[in-house]
Order: sequence, then C-alpha cells, then structure tokens
Amino acid sequence: MHELVLAEMPSAGDEETGPFVNVHVTVNGAPRSATVETRTLLVHFLRENLSLTGTHIGCDTTNCGACTILLDGKAVKSCTILAVQADGRELRTVEGLETDGKLHPIQEGFIEEHGLQCGFCTPGMMMCSVALLQKNPHPTEEQIRRAISGNLCRCTGYVNIVKAIQHAANKMAGPSGGGRP
Amino acid sequence: MTPRYSIAQEVWGVIPPRFEYFAPSSIDEAVQILDRFGGEAKVLAGGQSLLPVMKLRLAEPRALVDINRIPDLAHIREDAKSLRIGATTRTNDLNDSELIHARYPILSDAAYEIADPLVRNMGTVGGNVSHGDPANDLPACMLALGAHFVVRSPTGTRTIPAKEFYQDTFVTALESNELLLEIQIPKARPGQGNAYVKLEKRIGDFPIVGVAANLVLTTKGTIESAGLALTAVGPTALKATEAERHLVGKAPEDAAFQRAAEFAQEITSPVSDLRGPAEYKRAMVRVLALRALHRASARAHGGA
Repeated sequence: MHELVLAEMPSAGDEETGPFVNVHVTVNGAPRSATVETRTLLVHFLRENLSLTGTHIGCDTTNCGACTILLDGKAVKSCTILAVQADGRELRTVEGLETDGKLHPIQEGFIEEHGLQCGFCTPGMMMCSVALLQKNPHPTEEQIRRAISGNLCRCTGYVNIVKAIQHAANKMAGPSGGGRP
Repeated sequence: MTPRYSIAQEVWGVIPPRFEYFAPSSIDEAVQILDRFGGEAKVLAGGQSLLPVMKLRLAEPRALVDINRIPDLAHIREDAKSLRIGATTRTNDLNDSELIHARYPILSDAAYEIADPLVRNMGTVGGNVSHGDPANDLPACMLALGAHFVVRSPTGTRTIPAKEFYQDTFVTALESNELLLEIQIPKARPGQGNAYVKLEKRIGDFPIVGVAANLVLTTKGTIESAGLALTAVGPTALKATEAERHLVGKAPEDAAFQRAAEFAQEITSPVSDLRGPAEYKRAMVRVLALRALHRASARAHGGA
C-alpha cells in the first residue's frame, strides 16, 4: 500500500465529515502539509488549507481552467483532482512564478501586452502558458491557441493573451531571458 | 430523498460526497479492495469523468481505489504481435508518442481532440475506454482496430475483445471486481491505414458524431480487412459490421466507401439534443464515415 497516513478525525463524533487523510506536497519548492477530508479537492486544499488563493475557482465543473496549476510540471485542472492524489508530488502555482521580487517573463508578457481585463482567468492562463513554453519554447500561434483551449477568458477575446505568451516566449528565448523555465 | 448538505459544501461549493480512499501499490491489492466492496467501490484513474459525476452526485461510491500508485500501469510499447497501452497511460501521452503518430495515427487523431489539453494531462486511456460513455472517442477506435482488453480480478486474468465489451450506456463487460490493466491492439502492418474524424461544437465539448476507420490493403490494393465504428450515435460506441463486410474485397474507392457509409448510418440511433437534431447527426455519420475512410485509405497508401 502506498504510504498513506490515515488521520484522526479532528472533530470526533461529527458524522458529516471525514474520513481524513494527511497530505504532504511540495508547493513552489516548499514542503507543505495538512489534514483534510479524503474528498477535498486540490484547489480547495491550496486555497483553504494552504492559504494560496492565487489559484482561482471558476466553474467548479472542469470547463474553465481558472484553477490550472502544474502537477509534476504538467498543467492540470486542480478542481478535478483530489488533494490526496497529489500526496508526495510537486505543485507549482501562480504564487511561485515571481522569484526574488522579479516577475516571470509570462507575468511581464501579460502586463506588456494587456493580456487581462478582469484578471480572473489570468493565473490559470499563465500556469498553462508556463507549461507550454517549458515543452515548446517557440510555439506557433496555432500551437498557443491549442494549448490554452482548456482555459476560458470572457473579457479579452484571447488576442492579447496570445500576444502575451508570444512576448514571454521571445523574452525567454532572447539573450537576456536566459531560458528561465 | 433529502439532499445531504454539510457546512463544507456551503463554504466550498461543488465537492464530491464522502468516500473511503485507497491507494494500493499492486494490482492484486487493488482487485482485492474492489472485491471487498462488491460494486460499491470505483476505480480512480485520471478522475476526469469520475470526479465530475461525483461532484454532481450522479455517482456516490463508498470507496475509491486510486490505481495511480501501482507501478508499470502506464506504458506504450509494441511487441511482436501487439501495440500495448497500459491503463493509466495519460491521453496526452498518445499525442506525445512518435510510435503512435507514425504507426497508429487513428489514436493521435482521437487523442488530439479529447476534451482539452489540461484534461488530457490527467485523463487516462484506460478510463476513456472503460467508462462506457458512448460519447467517449477511444471506444470507437478500439472497435475499429479490433483491440482486446486485459482485465484482472482476484481469481485471475482474462482478455475481452472490444466488440464484446460495450453492452449499454455506462455498462461494460467489466465486473465490479475487475481492473483493466492493458489494451492490446493488433500490430500495424504494411498496407494499413486508419483515421478518426470528429465533429464537435467547440474544444472540450462532447462530440456530435465521431467515426473511426481502419483499413488493411492487400498487395494488389484491394481491401483485405476493414474496421468502422461510430461515436455518440447510439447507446454505446457502435461497430458497423455490415459496412465492414461490404468493404472487404473491394477497391478502396469512393463507390465502396459511399455504400459502407450508408450501412453505417443504418445502425445509428442518435438522439436530438443541444448538439443537434437526430436527422442532422445521422446525416453527419455518412459524411464523417466517408472522410474517415478516405483518410484511412490515403494513409494506407503512405500519405498523411
């Protein structure tokens, strides 16, 4: 059996909660853990248990991609994964993009190209883009549009989002960009 | 029945009902747990269909058996006789596989259009074929390719042909204590070509219609064997047996394809819904069957 520690019920006697489980993950390079119900979704674990509210809940139904994070480097919808499924694995959220006070090229791209209006889809869009650029540093417009096809934006019409991702791709490929992942 | 609400639900919105969670590290352990719960446990692979239906309370299993911690269930390999795809292979792994692109393009056609790229990073090939949803894309591909499914129960292993697997909507030949381990597809041969063609309103939506076609040509250029199967136009993915029979021995040309497409139309029973009226879907079966057969034929002749 996978080493899974079943936890004591924090509120013993409450029949409307549990069963509980301890979940240990690495988020943006730091080890984090919490005791949660087995049914806790990863997005709720991040937001409610770890207070990482940069990951948004949009539709709750696997459609919109606002909750996109990286799970072992792959872009996934965290509303459709159990927290316990991520036990022992590595997560990256929008909070992990900025390092040492310096914005990630994808964040700069969204600012420079006006890639957002209301901003609700933006964390998911950026995480999806980071995964794309890791796998394909020089995507065509078609490849960018395909890659973000699971992320919905109701403001921009996507044109500036595509430009933002192209901006980041150019910057990361350029002499000073250093190809930062 | 009174709906069950907890405080958590009011705070959090859509969450699944409670369940016991198991993460076995071996196949034997997994099927023992499934057996113990006698149909009240569900297998959690990618979870991209299971978790949504649990959130909507369309399914309330007492236990989930997470098979992602079992080693060697995710693989794509070809041996002397078969292409073998492990049950927890992610759908996007089909897209990323050179072997699949080069030799089994029907699978990369389908995988490229299943749900969206994020869902494909979690969703598994095994889940797609064993869920029993007539709108899933891979079952038709498996029917057209003549795939076999290797399944394990506490009493042993058996192999189920795809054509015997799909019994009704969400009903398959898989017993509640059985776990799908691997999909075995007859190894690609010279003169073989295949394609999957799908019509959908937008990325991420269920298909309106999908058609899977697989042709093997003789050295003289006639059709030696044919597979044709349909998505989302019946209670299960449908194998168009009459159409297949009609194609064998014919030249891979429009005349034979036209007649086969009509045979395929005859076995459908689409329902009118938001994706279109039944007549439209039935008309599209013919159109897509023609496209799939022509593309399969072009690939059998060495084209893309």
